[in-house]
Amino acid sequence: MSAGALVSGLSVRKIRSRWVWLILAAAWLALYLAFHGTSTLPLSASSTTSVQNNLNSFNNNISNGRNSNPVFLYGVNYVQVGMTHFVSFLQSLISQPGFGRPAPLIGWLGVIAIVGFVSWLTAGWKYAVLGVVGFYILGLQGLWQESMDTLALTIAAVLIAVVIGVPLGIWIGLHDRAQHIVLPVLGFLQTMPSFVYLAPLTLLFLIGNASATIATLIFAIPPVIRLTDHGIRAVAEPTIEASDSLGSTTWQKLVKVLLPMSRRTIVLGINQTMMAALSMVTIAALISAPGLGQVVIDALQTLDVGTAFNGGLAIVVMAIVLDRTTSAVGERSQQVGGRHLLGPQARRLAFGAGAVVTLWAVVESAMYVWANTFPSSPTIGPAIVAGASNASNWVQSTFSGITVGLRNDVTIAFLNPLQSMLTNAPFWLVILGLCAIAMIIGNARVAIVTLISLLLIVGTGVWQDAMQTLAMTIVATVLTLIIGIAVGVWMGRNRQVDRFIRPILDAFQVMPAFVYLVPFLALFGASRFTAIIAAMAFAIPVVVKVVADGIHGVPAPAIEAATAAGSSTWQLITRVQLPLATRSLALAANQGLIYVLSMVVVGGMVGAGALGYDVYSGFVQAPLFGKGLAAGLAIVLLGVVLDHISQSAANRIDPSRH
Amino acid sequence: MSGSMTPPTARLAPDGRAGDLEAPDDEGLLRVRDLWKVFGKRAAEIQGSQDLRALSRRELIDQTGCTAAVRDVSFDVAVGEVFVIMGLSGSGKSTLVRCLTRLIEPTGGSIEFDQSDLLQVDHKQLREVRRRQVSMVFQQFGLLPHRSVVSNVAYGLEIRGAGKAERVARAHEMIELVGLSGYENSFPHQLSGGMQQRVGLARALAVDPKMMLFDEPFSALDPLIRRDMQAEVIRLHHEMGKTMVFVTHDLSEALKLGDRILIMRDGEAIQLGTGDELVGAPADDYVRDFVRDVPRQDVLTLRWLAQPAKPGEDLGGLALSQHTLVRDAIRPVLESSSRVRVMDKDRLVGLVGREEILAILTSDQK
Repeated sequence: MSAGALVSGLSVRKIRSRWVWLILAAAWLALYLAFHGTSTLPLSASSTTSVQNNLNSFNNNISNGRNSNPVFLYGVNYVQVGMTHFVSFLQSLISQPGFGRPAPLIGWLGVIAIVGFVSWLTAGWKYAVLGVVGFYILGLQGLWQESMDTLALTIAAVLIAVVIGVPLGIWIGLHDRAQHIVLPVLGFLQTMPSFVYLAPLTLLFLIGNASATIATLIFAIPPVIRLTDHGIRAVAEPTIEASDSLGSTTWQKLVKVLLPMSRRTIVLGINQTMMAALSMVTIAALISAPGLGQVVIDALQTLDVGTAFNGGLAIVVMAIVLDRTTSAVGERSQQVGGRHLLGPQARRLAFGAGAVVTLWAVVESAMYVWANTFPSSPTIGPAIVAGASNASNWVQSTFSGITVGLRNDVTIAFLNPLQSMLTNAPFWLVILGLCAIAMIIGNARVAIVTLISLLLIVGTGVWQDAMQTLAMTIVATVLTLIIGIAVGVWMGRNRQVDRFIRPILDAFQVMPAFVYLVPFLALFGASRFTAIIAAMAFAIPVVVKVVADGIHGVPAPAIEAATAAGSSTWQLITRVQLPLATRSLALAANQGLIYVLSMVVVGGMVGAGALGYDVYSGFVQAPLFGKGLAAGLAIVLLGVVLDHISQSAANRIDPSRH
Repeated sequence: MSGSMTPPTARLAPDGRAGDLEAPDDEGLLRVRDLWKVFGKRAAEIQGSQDLRALSRRELIDQTGCTAAVRDVSFDVAVGEVFVIMGLSGSGKSTLVRCLTRLIEPTGGSIEFDQSDLLQVDHKQLREVRRRQVSMVFQQFGLLPHRSVVSNVAYGLEIRGAGKAERVARAHEMIELVGLSGYENSFPHQLSGGMQQRVGLARALAVDPKMMLFDEPFSALDPLIRRDMQAEVIRLHHEMGKTMVFVTHDLSEALKLGDRILIMRDGEAIQLGTGDELVGAPADDYVRDFVRDVPRQDVLTLRWLAQPAKPGEDLGGLALSQHTLVRDAIRPVLESSSRVRVMDKDRLVGLVGREEILAILTSDQK
């Protein structure tokens, strides 16, 4: 097909589809006016449906059968006990009393020494300083034990993730068929909001460390599998062939060629897995995982901004230390034959000295209280709590005109109308509308997936809450895309801006989801708007990056030609760069939706209500467990619908499929 | 000048068709017979079907979706010979050379190396062959970026279980041999392309193989470096006398290095012969096209020019061996008063005069 025919074909389709949209919208509105207020499936916060009650009794049955059902007796219970022991072991090492001692085996001095020594060995002295200072700050904040609990859980999940994930990644890297099976599963896992893993796992593994670690493991394992697979596949073919030609066995090839050459990518995968694990461990506080997450949740529940800020800050500090250090390990493993500051002799000496000091610190911290329990003074914790709390009060009273105004404007202008439309429309009309959209943007298959998922949501009994969550998700996603595309275009067009903004985005992305709630809670109080803003802050970095990469990927000749033809900057953006980056825009929308949804439900804890709150109350109140589980299911189903529709939009634009 | 020349004696004129040619002597190191490599889901059935085997490459793709990369190729390589496989890209030469140690598994045929059929051995034996008998040099070098030069060179010894001291000593020897002394502890990315390929060469030599395979080893290098490396291979061949199978798309490289040259097209062997045979008696237009621009005086020998003596002609003039290059015979022939005798040892092959020499020089001018 010639380029001209292609263009005219596209525009004909565009005009036709514009009519379709108009007619559809008109028909929907007409039906809405005729039927609104009927079949809206309301359900008050404390009441439950029979399906939910059944889930509740299902949970009870499982609890009662825990010691008689063979699946539990010979499988699940062992996993649960093993996992609990593994975590307690790590906890008794660094955070909790254990091994018959009143205190952890390794105290703060020992932990800090090990962090410093290991970072020095693997990443360099700068990172050793970062690690030592960072961990010392955790202690100063008065959160040493909580931090170590979080660290123990994170390490437990990451160790298991690496032990399972790296071999699995190697396997699918070497076998196409296995890859075709595993990758879609990982994709599905990654679209699920972190929140929803928790309830089903407590069903199996009870509330506590076992469930928390397994939830973290499931949430965090995809990156290490994916990147190991990617690293193995990226090894240059000639090198593999050369190794074969010299008679390597499969094992030799793996150990001497594939793994060393993909080391950097695998370490990057471990880094991402670690950050995901840290994020999830803090959220797992909802199922009573100990640590910093607990501090933040307790504070959020009482709207104690100061304490939440202190806990959030500690999470950020730990995230920075873990992220920077593991990234540096990755970058370092790439520099082959790098220069060393010291000669080999001096290096050995420094290593020995470091080892001796570390050993001394560990032994000292095992023997003496001063080195074991972090001293209660000096401390900066109370100062941070008070400072943040005062700052929040000051901002809220001083700028209440702006913050409350902004909150109310967005809520009244966008959120309320959309929400009342979705919740007042009969459920079948909403389903009809979404299926029609799925049909037009995607195809029959997408429409059927949408239909089934939405009917299942009706079945869960939390339809109205799902519609509220949907309304918040849509508003937050639209705002996210507006800001994200604007910044992304700016970044994509200007390398300098990119260099400046990208590190900030990277920093935002390693922050555990929880942390986002704190500052916005301080600014806007408990409300749906807080959840929306937090979701935007969570999703914008991803959207900006995808858009910027898309804009930057527009072929230079196209831009040169358009510039030569005398286009203005605005024309260049709207007629050349954005149209050629449509696929990136669709992908950005997809990612934006998924990220926003996962954060909006977490926002249920700070007054956003809806599905997130249902899940949350399920953890807290036993009679509502079934409802919480149903709400979690509804979140997954909502995620499936949004992902499928936006994904099919992106696929349709894929030029390679024409 | 397009017509092929006819050497005067029938004995010297093999038609060059692959499959008919035996190695120059009976001590063949490698005997390849009826080798096939077909890519595609139905590869196996093509091997068994005469009808399918008879199809052209295009027809085969249309009918079965399979691509025959190597079609019924046979040749022998003698001990110490440099055997060149030449063809354009897509002619199947790289596939063929990979089939020789089953880096690509052949579909059918036989490969007899040093009295054992490589297609019958199990994977363990095959690994032994790759570790000790046959090594390979690649176009893209295939070095391990995370290892130093010395460790790259020692890699082949390492995987066959040689001790550290032994393999490091051997690696240093090889590094010196290929002229990389002083770079032992450098890493591949710190070296130029030519130096990287020297590492590849040293790595292949380090295992002390009976035969070395080269897959377009110098195509990725710039012309000056390429010339150096060709000289290097010639030097190494003189010093070590290794049997070599050398794949290239560059005719001048083939003529420079090869004792004999196999020309391939669409997976088939078109002609097998020495350089002067290809230039003097191209098997078809494809080969003729290939050798069109070769300076014939540099390739052809006097036997291709010798004419029968006329009755009563003076046979007392200068005598030259039939293997003398035309280039080297120009001056003696032009200066000689009578036609020059071309000799196969003591036997008279024919006579060459100014006319024949000038015809060659004129055709080279075009």
